Amino acid sequence: MNFEIPNFAPAVPEIFVLIMACAMLLVEVYRDQSKDCTIIYILSLVTLAIAAALTLALDNGKTQITFDGMFVSDSMSSSLKLFTYLITGAVLVYSRKYLMERDIFKGEYFVLALFSVLGMMVMISAHNTLAIYMGLELMSLCLYAMVAMRRDSREAIEAAMKYFVLGALGSGMLLYGLSILYGATGTLDISEMATIISAGLSEQDQLVLMLGVTFSIVGLAFKLGAVPFHMWVPDVYHGAPTAVTLFISSAPKLAAFALVMRLLVEGTGDLIEHWQSMLVFLAILSIAIGNLVAIAQTNMKRMLAYSAIAHIGFLLFGIIAGSGNGYASSMFYIIAYALMSMGGFGMIILLSKKGFEADTLEDFKGLNDRSPWYAFIMLILMFSMAGVPISLGFWAKLAVLQALVESGFVWLAVAAVIFSVIGAFYYLRIVWYMYFEKPADDVTPISSGIDVRIAASINGLAILLLGIFPASLTTMCDVALGLY
Amino acid sequence: MNIEPILFYLFSTILVISAGAVVTVRNPVFAALLLVLAFFTCASLWILLEAEFLALTLVLVYVGAVMVLFLFVVMMLDINLTQINEGFTKYAAPGIIIAAIIVIEIGLVLGADKFGLEHYPNPVGHDADYSNTKEIGNVLYTVYLYPFELAAVILVVAIIAAISLAQRRRRDSKYQDPSQQVLVRREDRVRIIKMASEKRRSSGEEDS
Repeated sequence: MNFEIPNFAPAVPEIFVLIMACAMLLVEVYRDQSKDCTIIYILSLVTLAIAAALTLALDNGKTQITFDGMFVSDSMSSSLKLFTYLITGAVLVYSRKYLMERDIFKGEYFVLALFSVLGMMVMISAHNTLAIYMGLELMSLCLYAMVAMRRDSREAIEAAMKYFVLGALGSGMLLYGLSILYGATGTLDISEMATIISAGLSEQDQLVLMLGVTFSIVGLAFKLGAVPFHMWVPDVYHGAPTAVTLFISSAPKLAAFALVMRLLVEGTGDLIEHWQSMLVFLAILSIAIGNLVAIAQTNMKRMLAYSAIAHIGFLLFGIIAGSGNGYASSMFYIIAYALMSMGGFGMIILLSKKGFEADTLEDFKGLNDRSPWYAFIMLILMFSMAGVPISLGFWAKLAVLQALVESGFVWLAVAAVIFSVIGAFYYLRIVWYMYFEKPADDVTPISSGIDVRIAASINGLAILLLGIFPASLTTMCDVALGLY
Repeated sequence: MNIEPILFYLFSTILVISAGAVVTVRNPVFAALLLVLAFFTCASLWILLEAEFLALTLVLVYVGAVMVLFLFVVMMLDINLTQINEGFTKYAAPGIIIAAIIVIEIGLVLGADKFGLEHYPNPVGHDADYSNTKEIGNVLYTVYLYPFELAAVILVVAIIAAISLAQRRRRDSKYQDPSQQVLVRREDRVRIIKMASEKRRSSGEEDS
C-alpha cells in the first residue's frame, strides 16, 4: 500500500497547542511546589498567543484539506480559531483571581482549558464526521472536568453530573445520527457526503438520510442548548464556578457554530428543506422560552443562561435563512454573543470576592454609586445584549433579521423582533437597578485584581467600539464565508 | 440449510435481551455481568461479519479488563438499591411508551424494505488466508491517523481529569520523603557535646 505523508502545515496550530498542553503537564510536575502555578497560567496565555500568530501566518485564504480529508483549513476556520484563542485567553485572565480565592488555581485547570481549546479547533476544522465527533468529545470531556473541579461545592458537583449525563445523551444522539448518515451515503467525508446527496438518492435513501439528519440535529441542539433540549443550561451555568461558566458560555459556542456549518450546511446542505423546518421549530421555541423565563429569574447566572438560550435561537435564525448572508450573519451574531456573554459573566467575577458570589440581581443594585465606571461597562453590555440601536448586539440582530427577510421568512423576523423587545425588559431592569436603586447597606468596595478590571474595561470598550464601527467584523465574517 | 442465519438470530436475541436486562435488573452486579454477556454476544456477531480482530479485541479489552474492573468497583461501592429504584416505577410507564414509539418509528424507516438484501447484498466472503488485522493495520495509522491521534488525546484528557478530580492531598497524612532521608547528615541526628568526665559512682547507686 502506498502511503503519502500528509501535509502537516495547515494543522500546525493544533499540533502546537497539543505539544504545549503536554509540556505544561510536565512543567506542573517539576515546578516549585511551594509557589502557586502562575507559571502555568502564563504559559497557557503564551501558547494561545503563539497559536494565534501561527494561525494568522498560515492563513492564505485558500481551502486546504489534509489528513486524507479529515482536516480542513479555510478562512472560516482561521477567523473562528482566532476568536477562540482571544476569548479563551481573556477568560483565563478574568478567572485567575477567582480561581485562587476558591482553591482551584491548579495547573490541571489550565491544561484542561488548553485541551478543550484543541477540541474546539478540531471541531472548527473538521471535514469528516469522525473528526467532528472526536473534537466534540475532547472539548466536552475537558469542560465536564472543569465544572467538577471545585469539589467542596455541592452545586458544582451536581452541575457537573447533569452536564455529563445530558452531554453523553446528546453525544449519543449525534453519533447515532452520524452513523445513519454513513449508512445512507456510505461515506464519512463531509464533501463526499454532499456530492452523493446532490447527485440524488432514491426515495428510500432520502427517508433514511432524513432520519440521520434529525438525530444529528437533536444532538446538535443538545450541545447548543436550544429548546426543548435546554434543560441542562440554567443548572450548569448556575452551579459551575463562575470562571467555568464564563468559559462554557463563550468559546464553545463558536465551535458549536462551526459544527452546525460543517455538518448541516456543508455536508447535508441539499437537504435544507428538511432541516430548515426543524430549525424553525427549535429557534422559535428557544427565543420565546429563553426570553420569557429569563424575566422570572432572580439569579444573574440563571438569567444569563436563559438569555444564552434566546441568543442561540437567533443563531439558528441565521442558519435557517439558508443563504450566504444568513450564514455570515449567524457567524457575526455568535462572535458578538461570545464577546458580550464573556463581559456579562466577567462582571459577576469582578464583583465577587473570596467567599462571596455576586450572582444575584440584588448585587447589582446601586452599582453606579459604588463604581460609575463598571456600571457604565455593564450598561454597554446590557444594551448590547438587549439590542439597543448603535450597539454591537443591535447590528448582529439586524444582520440576522435582514438575512431572514431576504430569504422570505418575514413572519419569523417579526416574531424575533417581538421576543427581542420582551427580552429587552430584563436587560434594562439591570440597568435600572444599577442607576436608580440604592446599594444594600453591607456592601464592601470592589476588591478584584487589576487584571480583571483591565479585562472588563477592554471587553466593554471593545463592544462599544464594535457597536459604533461594526463594518470590520461584518466584513471579516463575509470574507470568512467567501462572500467577497 | 445455512447455519449462519440461525446463529445470527440466536446471538441477536441474546444480545437484545441481555442489553435490556442491564438497565432493568435491580442488582448492579447482575447488571455488570449481563453487560459482559452483551459484549460477548456482540463479539460473536462481529465474527459472523468476518471482523475477527475487532471481535477478539472487544472480548479482551472490554470483557477481560474493563468489565472485571467495573465489577470490582460495583462490589466495593455501598449502593442503596431501594433509593435508586424509587423513581423507576413512577417513570416506567411513560418511558416504555415513548421508547416503544421511537423504536417503531425508527423501525419503519430502517426496516427491511430500505436495508434489505436487495439493496445491500451480502458482501462476498474472503478466503481463509485473508487477514483483516493486516487490513486494519494498513489504514489505522495512515488514513485514520488523525482521529487515531485524537482518540489518544481524549484518553490523556480522561486520565488528567480523573486524577485531578479524585486525587486529594491530605495535609495530616504521615509519609516519608526518601530524598530527605538520603540527604540526612550525621550532624542532623547526633549531637556531640563536650563535657567533663564524671567520677565513677559506686556500684550501689548505678541503677537508681
